[in-house]
Amino acid sequence: MTTIAIPEGMPQYDDVPRFDVAAVRADFPILDREVNGHRLVYLDSANTAHKPRQVLDVLAEHYAMHNANVSRSVHTLGTEATEAYEGARAKVAAFINAPSVDEVVFTKNSTEAINIVAYAFSNASLRPDADPRFRLGPGDEVVISEMEHHSNIVPWQLLCERTGATLRWFPVTEQGRLDESGLDGLVTERTKIVSLVHTSNILGTVNATSRITQRVREVGALLLLDCSQSVPHMPMDVVDYDADFIVFTGHKMCGPTGVGVLWGRGELLAAMPPVFGGGSMIETVSMARSTFAAPPARFEAGTPPIAEAVALGAAVDYLSGVGMRAIQWHEKELTAYALDALATVPGLRIFGPNVPVGRGGTISFALGDIHPHDVGQVLDSLGVQVRVGHHCAKPVCSRFGVPAMTRASFYLYTTTEEIDALVAGLEQVRKVFD
Amino acid sequence: MQLDQLYQEIILDHYKHPHGRGLRDAVDPDARVGEAHHVNPTCGDEITVRVTTDGKVFTDISYDGMGCSISQASASVLHELLRGRAADDASVVHEAFVELMSGRGQVTPDEEVLGDGVAFAGVARYPARVKCALLSWMAFKDAAARAGVGVSPTEVKA
Repeated sequence: MTTIAIPEGMPQYDDVPRFDVAAVRADFPILDREVNGHRLVYLDSANTAHKPRQVLDVLAEHYAMHNANVSRSVHTLGTEATEAYEGARAKVAAFINAPSVDEVVFTKNSTEAINIVAYAFSNASLRPDADPRFRLGPGDEVVISEMEHHSNIVPWQLLCERTGATLRWFPVTEQGRLDESGLDGLVTERTKIVSLVHTSNILGTVNATSRITQRVREVGALLLLDCSQSVPHMPMDVVDYDADFIVFTGHKMCGPTGVGVLWGRGELLAAMPPVFGGGSMIETVSMARSTFAAPPARFEAGTPPIAEAVALGAAVDYLSGVGMRAIQWHEKELTAYALDALATVPGLRIFGPNVPVGRGGTISFALGDIHPHDVGQVLDSLGVQVRVGHHCAKPVCSRFGVPAMTRASFYLYTTTEEIDALVAGLEQVRKVFD
Repeated sequence: MQLDQLYQEIILDHYKHPHGRGLRDAVDPDARVGEAHHVNPTCGDEITVRVTTDGKVFTDISYDGMGCSISQASASVLHELLRGRAADDASVVHEAFVELMSGRGQVTPDEEVLGDGVAFAGVARYPARVKCALLSWMAFKDAAARAGVGVSPTEVKA
């Protein structure tokens, strides 16, 4: 075996943080089950991640011992529930290095978080006294990319329809990278917000955002990063990224479904009009009019997903315990392994970056002209769970001229043996359809 | 193996060698033509079915689309089963196929009525794939209605 010597003074291979994958897997009860008579090989974590016992226990414990509504009770249970809910907010804030706990808004998911920002623009556009940064009209522009999940396309299309603003987008290169060549012409003084995916849910591309951020600052626009596929997989520092908003969802990061996060700069959240009206988001209400609470409460109308948020806090603890740098590195190694392994499959075409640089552990591909539904069905019969279809990113499929793709995605509990099982399964697929 | 029930030889054969594929214009200038384009929004499969009729008989059923083996084979079987049939007759077959696909594997298909369509009995056990099998059949129903020929008992027949 040959080894490449890393020059002295550079970070050495052994410096990379590591964890015991077998020990991590033992925390996830579902990984013990069988599917269609085979050991479960779960390669669909970009869709939703599994939950460790540490999260499931907290969820059950909350309902069993601390169940009460939050922010409105003087009794003991209500106080415990409120402390747990607000404690989870503090954990999430620390996890993304938010300057203030009050910048973390709990939502239902990333989709709702993006819609809250889009509707805040919409509502501000109807009010002449609203902050001009959120007021949109004809001549104003919203910029997204061709690489977005539908959740970061449709809310902006609808917003532009309501306000008369124009939607524009970054194209995607043949290699599956964001095409920034037209940046200065695309992001201009007319741009009010750039809403961009950080890690593509279909191509796996991790977008380098610094040039775009710089341009956004030059023209005085706002920047939202959809971090649904990055917060679960790498260290996130909202100060370092210099974003105005980020969104992500609990269930993709070992937390439960039903809870997501909108992080926004405190001063921006404070300038945003409310979106949902109801309990908990008010300051005072009379029959004629109401005034509103400060963020984050302003954007959390009604009873929030309390137990889910508390369990998300437990997921944050779990991931922090393993270490986000270690998880990122584990996935990088898996990705390098998988790209090499998939390259050995005849007729397989990878969509997106085919080097393990500037990409995460989500790999979409075509196997000859075999339809992804058929690929997924045969793999399922072998216990291998992949996602097939358009992955809620139809424009990406159109960009690459296919109606659908097959996608394998990895997480901290994924092993190289599972990637071997995928490759072996693809041979089986070829046997059935060739 | 379970998978063999889904991917029956007949289905794979229709998939690899589809019958009657490609949209065709009506030969008879007086023929009534109806067309429908259906999409499966969950997977992006698409099909266009074109029906040509003299008002009584489906003189041609042509189609084009892209999709999985189940949806493509199903369109091929549809063409083979229903082309040249009278509307009443086609309606019986259509109903039997829809019943089979909605039966969660509990319906025993009649080969006399469904021909190669019986091969789809296994598909009915896979709820995620039923829509694939029905895509062309639902498009056909719409296309026939647009040509003025109902194929569902709830619709007015020509």
